[in-house]
Amino acid sequence: MIDALNRAARKVPTWAVFVLGLLPIPYLFYRAATGGLGVEPITALEREMGLWTLQLIIAGLCITPLRRFAGVNLIKFRRTLGVLSFVYVVVHLGIWVGLDMSLRWGQMWADILKRPYITIGMVAFVLMIPLAVTSNNLSIRKMGGAAWRKMHKAVYAIALLGAAHFIMVQKVWEAEPLIYLAVILGLLALRARPLQKTSGVRAGG
Amino acid sequence: MAHRWTNTLTRNDITPKALWLNRRAVLGGMAAGGLAGGIAAPAAAQSAPLEPNTLEEIRSYNNFYEFGTGKGDPAENAGAMQTDPWQVTVDGLVDNPGTYALDDLIGDMTIEDRIYRFRCVEAWSMVVPWNGFELGDLLQKLGPQEGAKFIAFETAVIPEVMPGVRRRVLDFPYVEGLRLDEAMHPLTLMATGLYGEPLANQNGAPLRLVVPWKYGFKSIKSIVRITLTDEMPPTTWNRLNAREYGFYSNVNPNVDHPRWSQASERVIGGGLFSSRQDTLMFNGYPEVAPLYEGMDLSVAY
Repeated sequence: MIDALNRAARKVPTWAVFVLGLLPIPYLFYRAATGGLGVEPITALEREMGLWTLQLIIAGLCITPLRRFAGVNLIKFRRTLGVLSFVYVVVHLGIWVGLDMSLRWGQMWADILKRPYITIGMVAFVLMIPLAVTSNNLSIRKMGGAAWRKMHKAVYAIALLGAAHFIMVQKVWEAEPLIYLAVILGLLALRARPLQKTSGVRAGG
Repeated sequence: MAHRWTNTLTRNDITPKALWLNRRAVLGGMAAGGLAGGIAAPAAAQSAPLEPNTLEEIRSYNNFYEFGTGKGDPAENAGAMQTDPWQVTVDGLVDNPGTYALDDLIGDMTIEDRIYRFRCVEAWSMVVPWNGFELGDLLQKLGPQEGAKFIAFETAVIPEVMPGVRRRVLDFPYVEGLRLDEAMHPLTLMATGLYGEPLANQNGAPLRLVVPWKYGFKSIKSIVRITLTDEMPPTTWNRLNAREYGFYSNVNPNVDHPRWSQASERVIGGGLFSSRQDTLMFNGYPEVAPLYEGMDLSVAY
C-alpha cells in the first residue's frame, strides 16, 4: 500500500500541489467579502491566513518523519509546502498592514517593537524570507546540499515562534494554540535522537 | 432630575428596522463589488452623528467568556440560559438589602433610549442603541449608606449552560466594580434592551451595566448581585492580569496597553475595506473628565 502511495505521489507534479494549495486564499477572501466570516471579516481573515501558515509549516515538518517511520516518500513536496506557507504568511501580514491597521505605519512600528506577540511574529516572518528565496534547484546547487539543509533547519525555530505567536495572541490560555505547540514539539522530538544515531547520513531535516 | 444626561440623538435617529436588516446585505454587496470607498467609517466620530450597528452585528460579535472565548460562542451558546425568573441580590452598605425578583427591583425605573459608543479593549468598537435606566436612579432607591464608596457587581454562574465556566477559562463568577461617583454619573446605564427589544442573552440579559467611557469588559452582563462597599472591589480581568487591566479602564488613546495599542479602533460592520478610526479620550464622553480630576490616568489606568 505504501508502495502504491509512493508511486502515486511520484506522478503528482509539485506545481499541481502548489496551485491547489493557493485556492483557499481567493475562497476565504470571497467569504470575507460576502459575510461568510461574520461581522468582523478582517480579523477573521487575518486569523485564517495565520492558521494556514502554521498548518503548512507543520505539514512540511511531517515529511521527514513520514519517510523515516512510515516509508512514505513525499520529499519532493516539502519545498512546495514551505513556499506555500510563505505565501500565506505574506497574505497574513498584508491583511494586518493594509486592512487591519489601515497603513498606520507609526502605530505598526510601535506595535512591532512593544508588543511581544507581534515582535515574535515579525521575527518568524523575517526568518522565513531567506528560506523562501532559496527554495529552488539553483540555490541548492549554488549553496551545496549540506549548507542548504543546515540553513533550512531554521524552520524549526520558525515553527516554534509561530506557535508562540498564536498562543500569545489569546487573552487567556486556549486549548487550540497549545495543541499546535504540542504537535510541533512532537515533530521536533521525532528528529532529535535518530539524527544523532545516524550521524547525519539521512539528515533530511 | 436637573443633572440628567440628554441624548442629542432621538429614537428617530435609530436606523429603521427595515434598513438595519438590509444594511449588511448592502455592505456585503458593495464590498464584493469593490466599492470600497463608500464604506469609510466616520473619522471625526465626535461630530458625526452616530450610526448604530445592526442588531445582527450587536448580537453576533460578543465577548461573554462564560459561554466561550470565540466571538461567535455567546450567540451560539447563551440561548440556553434561563432569564425568567431572575433574582438580584443587593447587599453591603445599603439601606434596602435583599434578594429581589427582577421586576421588584427595576419595574418602576424609567426606560430611556441611549445611543452610545461601545469600545472594547481589543480595539474594536460598535454603536449600540440601548434601552435602560440610570444606575443612579436605582441607587437612590436602594439607599447607599454613608460609608459606601464603591459598587460591585457579579454575573450569574450557571455551569450547566455555560461551557466557558465548565472549562474555567476565567476565575468565575465574573465580577466588576465602579467608584460610587462613577456609578452615579448620569451616563452610567443599566440596560434591559436594545433597539426596543429585550436584550439577547449574549448581550447580557436580563440586566447589564453600560459604562460608555470605559472599555467594554467593565460593562458587566447578566447581573445577579449588587454590593455597596467601602473598599475597591476586585475585578475579574484585573485579577487575571493586573498589568494589562486596571480598575478604572477608562478608554484612553494615550495610555498604552501592553497587548493592544489603544490609539485607534476598528469599527465593526464596515466590511472588509473599512479603515481604522482614531480612538477618542473617554470614548468621546469628555463630560466624565471631572470624575478623574487630579488623578494620573497613566497610573490609575
